[in-house]
Amino acid sequence: MSAATAPAVASTDDLRRVLSTVDKGRRRRDRLMTSLVVGAFVVAMLPLVSVTWTVLANGLERFDPYFLTHSMRGVFGGMDAGGIYHAIIGTVEITLFATLISVPIGLMTAIYLVEYGRGALARAVTFFVDVMTGIPSIVAGLFAYALFAVILGPGIRMGVVGSVALSVLMIPVVVRSCEEMLRLVPNELREAALALGVPRWLTIVKVVLRTAVAGIGTGVMIAIARVIGETAPLLVTVGVIDSINFNLFEGRMMTLPVYVYRQYQQGLVPCSPDAVDCIATINYDRAWAAALTLILIVMLLNLVARLITRFFAPKNLG
Amino acid sequence: MTSTTSPPTAGGRRTEGDGRPSPRSPLTPRRSAGSGERGASRLFRWAATGSGALILLVLAAVAVFLVLRAWPALTTPAAELTEKISWLHGADSLLEFVGPLVFGTVLAAALALVIATPVALGIALFISHYAPRRLAAGLGYLVDLLAAIPSVVYGLWGALVLAPAVQPVWAWLNTYLGWIPLFGGDVSPTARVLLTVGLVLAVMLLPIITAVTREVFLQTPRLHEEAALALGATRWEMIRTAVLPFARSGIISAAMLGLGRALGETMAVLMILSPGFLYSFALVVAGQQQTIAANIAAQFPEANPLGVSTLIATGLALFVITLLVNMAARAIVARRKDFSGAN
Repeated sequence: MSAATAPAVASTDDLRRVLSTVDKGRRRRDRLMTSLVVGAFVVAMLPLVSVTWTVLANGLERFDPYFLTHSMRGVFGGMDAGGIYHAIIGTVEITLFATLISVPIGLMTAIYLVEYGRGALARAVTFFVDVMTGIPSIVAGLFAYALFAVILGPGIRMGVVGSVALSVLMIPVVVRSCEEMLRLVPNELREAALALGVPRWLTIVKVVLRTAVAGIGTGVMIAIARVIGETAPLLVTVGVIDSINFNLFEGRMMTLPVYVYRQYQQGLVPCSPDAVDCIATINYDRAWAAALTLILIVMLLNLVARLITRFFAPKNLG
Repeated sequence: MTSTTSPPTAGGRRTEGDGRPSPRSPLTPRRSAGSGERGASRLFRWAATGSGALILLVLAAVAVFLVLRAWPALTTPAAELTEKISWLHGADSLLEFVGPLVFGTVLAAALALVIATPVALGIALFISHYAPRRLAAGLGYLVDLLAAIPSVVYGLWGALVLAPAVQPVWAWLNTYLGWIPLFGGDVSPTARVLLTVGLVLAVMLLPIITAVTREVFLQTPRLHEEAALALGATRWEMIRTAVLPFARSGIISAAMLGLGRALGETMAVLMILSPGFLYSFALVVAGQQQTIAANIAAQFPEANPLGVSTLIATGLALFVITLLVNMAARAIVARRKDFSGAN
């Protein structure tokens, strides 16, 4: 800018140089913002690295076959024993049942939104699915508790209540991802099927869902990964227990996240100085090992989701 | 449930289709003509519509059942309530009990938001405009990994690793910036305080806020950016004049989505914070605040029937607050969508 008012510009080279250099203040600010932006990313990586590192370092010590195949029945004080078998059983059963509830409802809702939905109801469903994504997990737990308390009487604790709570959290995630996948199916496929006289529902089941199956599988896996780490709703609906319970419909069950919390809550064990079989930090050790197991499960689910995408992606259909 | 809700809607749609076949799509008249759809097709349509309606029903049911179970606490006289529940902390009525909890919840969430939003914006900008194209997707995936860690693990990490690590920092803040009310008071030797909680919550919000803002930044019209650069703007000036104004509403709604999440977070607060029931802004002093969600999780297992009812009443308050925040955020997103669609 200043070059235009400069009295005598010696040559075009000088002019070009003046015009093409940014003045110092602006360049300094640009540098500063660049380093701030890069710094923000580095700062965000710190907790990720720290969490991963501490969970691995503290969890690997107790993470062995014994830990995975024993429950906490009869384990007390600082005993060098106890494991998470009962918690794994609980987590797997409760999450699977929640999936069983959520996937049909979520998938059918997605089909409604993509294939049929127009007008006020569809708009309302879209809006409230988004709103439902934001329901606090503990409120979902309270809802499931209240629902079963009204039906079966208060004070009830069983696995299926936890499943209902988790499915409230899971349904919107399933709807969102399935909807996205169904929208990716090209319209020509639907039109071709309908033109051949295939009924609409068969078109959806045999053509649309068939094409989108990889995406739907991925979406479901990610939804499971999302809810499998939920603690609060299970704490208020399923409770805690030290022994193995296979029955979803009767009695308390242990789950992995609740196990982590429970062990943390019990804290350090007061050991007498001459005790042989007493580890003061045993509860924290178990908590870290269970946390490691939980993270591994979540990572595994995410990995499976990616593999599904890779191997069943629509491009393979030609 | 499906049979009571779906027929009116399906019927309503049908008459509309019969009345005036819409010319929008060549398929529409055929599909809704009625003659082309019977048996399994109709059943399938009803099942799909029913599922959609069921979602609305579930959301309504959440509200209804919470009110139903909270009713005893809402209608019991205050005197009886204080007599039967031991952990009301001197509150004389339900409202007096909920007040500090709402305050603590909002304060913790706001704190997390204040910490997380600038960092999340930086990350989103880094991924969308600064990082090399080839690396961007991978780096974005790294940030998403933060969302894959369960909240209970964050709680464990926050209480056993982060709190001891930040205690000296909080003590330093207390010594040198203690004249600011936020950092005043007797600094906690264990750092089980709201500032630590806010920090952990902020980490949990990062992937959420980043994911939304990143999408919005990437949608900035290419021409606007190129025009800014062509006028001689530096990269930062281009971002300030072209990207940020375009993304403003997206940033606001992302922050509000994060706020909704932070309001409802339970485990990290429960495991880290040493609770208290005061209207207090002291962030580095133990035993000052408590959040609704953490209070429910802490008291629920041992509560008597009236206590459970009281806790559900507080849960109802939380539900209403998060619902309002989320609906506002979604409304902003929707408005923006209309706007960019018109472009």
